[in-house]
Amino acid sequence: MRRRLVILAAVLAPLFPSLPTSAAAAPASASETLAVTGARILTAGPAGSLESGVIVIRDGRIISVGQGAPPAGARVIDAAGSIITPGLFATGSLLGAVEIGALGDDLSVNNPQISAAFDIREGLDPASTLIPIARTGGLTSAVVLPQPAGGGFGAHEHDGEVSGGRLTAGGGHELRPNTLFAGQGAVIRLNGAGDMVVRGGVGVVVAFGKAGAQAAGGARGAQIAALKAVLSDVRAFAANRSAWETGSYRELGLSKADLQALVPLVQGRTPLIARVHRAADIRSVLKLAREEKLRLILEGAEEGWMVAAEIARAGVPVILNPITNRPDSFEILGATLENAARLNAAGVTLAFTAPEGAAHRARETRYGAGTAVAWGLPWDAALAAVTINPARMFGVSDRTGSLEAGKDADFVIWSGDPFEPLSTPKAVYIRGEAQDLTTRQTELRDRYKDLGGPLPPAYRRR
Amino acid sequence: MGLVALSLTACASTSGAGAKAGEKSAAAKPLRAGLDPGARPDAFPTTYRPLPSNDFAIVGARAYTGTGQALNNATIVIRSGRIAAIGEGLEPPQGVQVVDARGKWVSPGLIDSHSHLGVYASPAEEAHSDGNELTSPTTPQVWAEHSVWPQDPGFNTARIGGVTTVQVLPGSGNLIGGRGVTLRNVPSRTVQGMKFPGAPYTLKMACGENPKRVYGSKGQAPSTRMGNVAGYRAAWIEAAEYTRKWDDYRAQVGRGEKADPPARDLGLDTLSGVLRGEILVQNHCYRADEMAIMIDVAKEFGYRIASFHHAVEAYKIADLLAANGICTATWAGWWGFKLEAFDSVEANVPLLQAAGACAVIKSDDADLIQRLNQEAAMALAAGRAAGLQISEAEAMAWITANPAKAIGILDQTGTLEAGKRADIVIWDRNPFSIYARTEKVYIDGALTWDRRDPRYQPRSDFDLGQPGEGVR
Repeated sequence: MRRRLVILAAVLAPLFPSLPTSAAAAPASASETLAVTGARILTAGPAGSLESGVIVIRDGRIISVGQGAPPAGARVIDAAGSIITPGLFATGSLLGAVEIGALGDDLSVNNPQISAAFDIREGLDPASTLIPIARTGGLTSAVVLPQPAGGGFGAHEHDGEVSGGRLTAGGGHELRPNTLFAGQGAVIRLNGAGDMVVRGGVGVVVAFGKAGAQAAGGARGAQIAALKAVLSDVRAFAANRSAWETGSYRELGLSKADLQALVPLVQGRTPLIARVHRAADIRSVLKLAREEKLRLILEGAEEGWMVAAEIARAGVPVILNPITNRPDSFEILGATLENAARLNAAGVTLAFTAPEGAAHRARETRYGAGTAVAWGLPWDAALAAVTINPARMFGVSDRTGSLEAGKDADFVIWSGDPFEPLSTPKAVYIRGEAQDLTTRQTELRDRYKDLGGPLPPAYRRR
Repeated sequence: MGLVALSLTACASTSGAGAKAGEKSAAAKPLRAGLDPGARPDAFPTTYRPLPSNDFAIVGARAYTGTGQALNNATIVIRSGRIAAIGEGLEPPQGVQVVDARGKWVSPGLIDSHSHLGVYASPAEEAHSDGNELTSPTTPQVWAEHSVWPQDPGFNTARIGGVTTVQVLPGSGNLIGGRGVTLRNVPSRTVQGMKFPGAPYTLKMACGENPKRVYGSKGQAPSTRMGNVAGYRAAWIEAAEYTRKWDDYRAQVGRGEKADPPARDLGLDTLSGVLRGEILVQNHCYRADEMAIMIDVAKEFGYRIASFHHAVEAYKIADLLAANGICTATWAGWWGFKLEAFDSVEANVPLLQAAGACAVIKSDDADLIQRLNQEAAMALAAGRAAGLQISEAEAMAWITANPAKAIGILDQTGTLEAGKRADIVIWDRNPFSIYARTEKVYIDGALTWDRRDPRYQPRSDFDLGQPGEGVR
């Protein structure tokens, strides 16, 4: 790892002469104080934006964010001319749970004994090649969510195949889900290390609309009835646990593991993450949450702008992909690039996901944010949607999501406006440690950049 | 096939020989047009007419010409739907309407050389799944234009993204998937009303995982990559034989001899068109080693490959592609959705450009087609990060001139040069910015989209009466 970083610094040096290579790439050693100076700092926190600000870091934490001289004795990184933001979030992501889409994943189960109990944090792979590639998009955290069985993730509509399920016999994409709950999500930090899980059990995912109807036997209304029955059983389980354990209570509709997993949901300690698209379905989910006293997060919400006032009134945050604007299904006939702007104007808190589950294309998160700005969203609201908002929604804002004293030093030094494709991250820090920006892709690129030479490319070393 | 061929041949022989022979031989009667592949090579002729336009001039713009140049204070004069003149600081002719583009940017209309608009229309329901004829691995007889639904709302959203020309291709489930068609991106009641006049037909071929998976899973050939290659070669052998039969027949008729015309075969007509150089091969192929095999298949049978598509490993053989004059149509950011897409690099396109090969950014996707400029910007940034000095003006060619070349219409469009069709986009800012949006889109000099004028914001029939009414 150390050797890699040194080489990385050597590669970066000619590109970014303003960044001292040793400072840009070397990890802060324990108890060393690091000060990053001279940049425009967009904190996504109470301090707002600071011209020529200073971030002071020690032991992986932010000591201070402000202006003025760096503390005496600190190792100084001159980031003049750069822009610093908090590390970005990939929300509604599949990172760590998929490597090559068509070869399967650890995102969904179709097992009636394990539905809500499926906890995606178990089985995530820190060695995934997707994680370093995501970092090159300025991402330092991800909210990884399970997918409903048969949901079609991995069935790509590009490549001329259009819907893998149609193309392959028994490809699994047409699998009918037989569980109401997809499982529980997790927040991870994208350091690719064994400690990457920051928080598990951050929400229980349920697909509504057409997908939910399928799970409940065919009709939307049936799913609402089925969920109410299950939630009633979970409350009964929580209140009569010992009787249930000894077999002296009535039979309940879920396995013990699932009942246990749903107790925090009915107690309002963990949110229901409702994957829902059509305006009418959003309304029925809002009503369900109100009646059942559930905390709620909407995901998808392509027609959210049509019920924006109701979502805002309920205080429910929304995860959306800002670039979804075609009537790709009969559930999103009202999709528009102005969805984010209109929801924000109504007072709804937003977080952004990226195409295809913000996994292989997670690095496009920042471009989606920029596109939302092009279509009317205030710039600061777009930054919040990829930093502090998802941190708050998933209960990690005490640690990350903004640049504030006491939080983990997760930040990015950008060459320019972080939403612009022609800007690049000069350095990405997670808990104060400069991350390696070498990826499998940059290794391939460099191996083939010059095609001459006496020996085949397989002999090349970086 | 055998029986049909025999019966058709028998039928044709009783009615006599070909048209040319008629002059020399009283016995020879003209072949019915539908039985003669040469009689009406385009049986579904274009009815495209440019939308109404006036002569006008765009002044004061910063312009990417598509030829690698960037102009300041550019004037573009449009007469009769063509670019009459372009230059820095030109005085617009007296009396023509002037479009003030000071502070704006102008580019050629964008061209997507790999789209499935219309053949996989929105909404993506089974009823709209018309791009892969997965009943045989070799289906050169099918034509994408017969599947195109002109009301696909995706044509409108693509136009808002600045796309004025699209090549619509069949899917990649088959070794030989059928003919592609090049369309003007104008609202039309019929596909014929969109067909780009004079654009060559194209043929979709596919390597790799898709065909072998589709047919292997049915227990038939091909089930391996070597099976794929055997399939292409068998098809070209048949096509060469068919071509020879028709050549022989026409030679005999030309000599005034009595001759039986071969039975017409729609699929072999298309393959024969490729062998004659009239139909351009668009070859879906991810891996470098497979592309090298396909180049040799083409040499074996004497045809050319116009472009490889997806081609995420093109950078590994950039020299080979440059030497063979083959374009590569690919993405910057897409990778890893299947094994043969694992070795993508963001800098694929700039690495090809640096090697002197023809590089194209394409969409293959009804979302990405709306933002080809962003994808080009991502590729450009990746190239710069790799140390390649490429200008924005050069990168503009990846989504304009180069795709025009790859689909055989560079003499008509793809650049802002005098004499070309006036396919022009006015952007509110530099199109390599994430914040850029189109303000006006002209096709053949006609205004087809105007952000500020609802009269020029067409909507599909499908959108009427629906939530949002197609305002995307």
